[in-house]
Amino acid sequence: MASEVVQVRGHIIDSLILPKVLDEIMDLEGTFEILDIAIGKRKADTSSARLRIHAPTQRQLDQILKRVARLGAISVHLRDVRLVRAAKEGVFPPAFYSTTNLPTEVRFRGRWRGVQHIEMDCGIVIKPTTGEARCAPLASIKKGDWVVCGSEGIKVMPLERARAAEVFQFMGSAVSSEKPKTQLIQRLAREMRAMRRSGKKILIVAGPALIHTGGGPYLERLIRGGYVHALFAGNGLATHDIESALFGTSLGVRLDRGEAVKDGHDHHMRAINTIRNLGGIRQAVRRRVLRRGVMHACVARRVPFVLAGSVRDDGPLPDVVTDVIKAQDAMRAHIKDVGMAIMIASTLHAIATGNMLPATVKTVCVDINPAVVTKLADRGTFQGIGIVSDSESFLRELTRALHL
Amino acid sequence: MCRPAFYSIAYEINPWMSLKRQANRARARLQWARLHQILTRQLGVRVRLLPPRAGVPDLVFTANAGLVHGRTFIRSNFRFAQRRKEEPIIEAYFRRSGYRLAALPHRYGFEGEGDALWMGETLLFGFRFRSDAPAHEELARLLKARVLPVELADRRFYHLDTCFCPLDAQRALWFPRAFDRYGRKVIEALAARLIPVTEADAKRFACNAIVVGKSIVLQEGVSAALRRRLARGGFRLVSLDLSEFLKAGGSAKCLVLQLNRSVDSREGA
Repeated sequence: MASEVVQVRGHIIDSLILPKVLDEIMDLEGTFEILDIAIGKRKADTSSARLRIHAPTQRQLDQILKRVARLGAISVHLRDVRLVRAAKEGVFPPAFYSTTNLPTEVRFRGRWRGVQHIEMDCGIVIKPTTGEARCAPLASIKKGDWVVCGSEGIKVMPLERARAAEVFQFMGSAVSSEKPKTQLIQRLAREMRAMRRSGKKILIVAGPALIHTGGGPYLERLIRGGYVHALFAGNGLATHDIESALFGTSLGVRLDRGEAVKDGHDHHMRAINTIRNLGGIRQAVRRRVLRRGVMHACVARRVPFVLAGSVRDDGPLPDVVTDVIKAQDAMRAHIKDVGMAIMIASTLHAIATGNMLPATVKTVCVDINPAVVTKLADRGTFQGIGIVSDSESFLRELTRALHL
Repeated sequence: MCRPAFYSIAYEINPWMSLKRQANRARARLQWARLHQILTRQLGVRVRLLPPRAGVPDLVFTANAGLVHGRTFIRSNFRFAQRRKEEPIIEAYFRRSGYRLAALPHRYGFEGEGDALWMGETLLFGFRFRSDAPAHEELARLLKARVLPVELADRRFYHLDTCFCPLDAQRALWFPRAFDRYGRKVIEALAARLIPVTEADAKRFACNAIVVGKSIVLQEGVSAALRRRLARGGFRLVSLDLSEFLKAGGSAKCLVLQLNRSVDSREGA
């Protein structure tokens, strides 16, 4: 069902323009609702009415709009967007339009065009030659880019509410540790299968606690089971995963027995050193030095991963992207076609990813700390569920629900 | 009025115009001079002349230049690029003559008195082929009057003044089939007495008449029935041959623009 709001003004009652507009809409199989109407009190006063026109298809709507435009009923969003050239590299014009993560359309040369790769807190750049509109982060702006300014000619589409009760409506209630997790995880598993069937990608964002708590083998199973299509993490997760693959410990603690190993505190540094010596994780897998673990599964199953660096990193591993702007771009490259994002035990990377995702992507945030889950929900991730849980027990339940 | 010194059929922007049917400029000059003479000598109308200019042949159709309201002049926004060249010439003339200029937003087409005719205190506004419906709201704001837009339905009668002619505050001449059923209802409610013309008379531009008091100046050759009907209504008909202007889709009314709308309906152009 397509719809558009139009306004008609003037002496629309005496001249029968309004009844004529309504007749034309109905003749073309459209429906309307009168949003408001103001009728002039004296003869010389003009009247005005705002209507929302509905039509079964966009084509029919366009046809109706064309017909009623002739009668002076003009779409409220009639004007084209205002474009201003960026004066400097990496700087928007002062009046730039700041994006939301909802599906957005801009009107350029009389046509509505969807903004590609919508992401919140960015600008919109239009290529005048093709009319192609794309979401552009601040740092990517080149001098002379045509940037959308003001708010005219921009349509932000609210997400349609699913009629059937869906697992992703759960976020409607506050994040709480007091929820039946098994049920939630069962439904999540069903959703993941549906996602995989429809050809959409599932993205995992994970923090190092996942390895410390012993959740690594479950994530590995998810990857090998084909439920992960991209992995975003930091130096920590990769380091401790490799440490556990090489030495059986995570930060010097044996994962099978939960005991600290003598002189185990330097295992992670030895792991980093080993990988740096080999030139990278992929090389370590190829040389059969790295033979199990999450990172091994990623390389073996050709699941792309982005390891983004931070100031507290040891090493880091050669695969870690230390330039944050480059890391953002690398993450963006894998976000296309993502239908679901699962963020486990990660604050920094989860929020960074959440900011990049369109609101249409379903997100799941799992953390032992309710504050982290709430924080992500507060950042405008519309379709999400929050699960307050230890990452290992969450993943254990999830792999079981997926029969892995 | 504007002398047809450079009048010709230079393009085709309505169904009447055909480059194959060129206007005879000498004959056009004679026909125009006759109209000018009738208005000034016979009917005592004071006529002001807009100097003709080469390259804008349709400048003779001054009715389309704009709409005069008191000392305000609302300039036309022509639909076709060929006629848009007239806009600066018209604007300069009215500015020189001491009028306050008002223009409608550029995105709306508006062709002056061609599409806007007073019927008592209401302005009837024809839209679709040359003028755009939303312009009526701007006009209502500028004129502080009721402006009723009616849609024109027949491409041959592309301006309101080709199918509707107010005779006085109550009576009007019209060709009903040039309007759709909504427009017909509006006009029927607006005018107390309507005199319909036949298609043959409409095609002879009977509705494109100049009304000065009780006199009606129009193209010769309208039917005897219409003549009788108008005579019964107390009108005196003055017919003349304007066939050269018919080739461009215009007749008597198109050649004049009313400068003052006073009670005695004296025309000035």
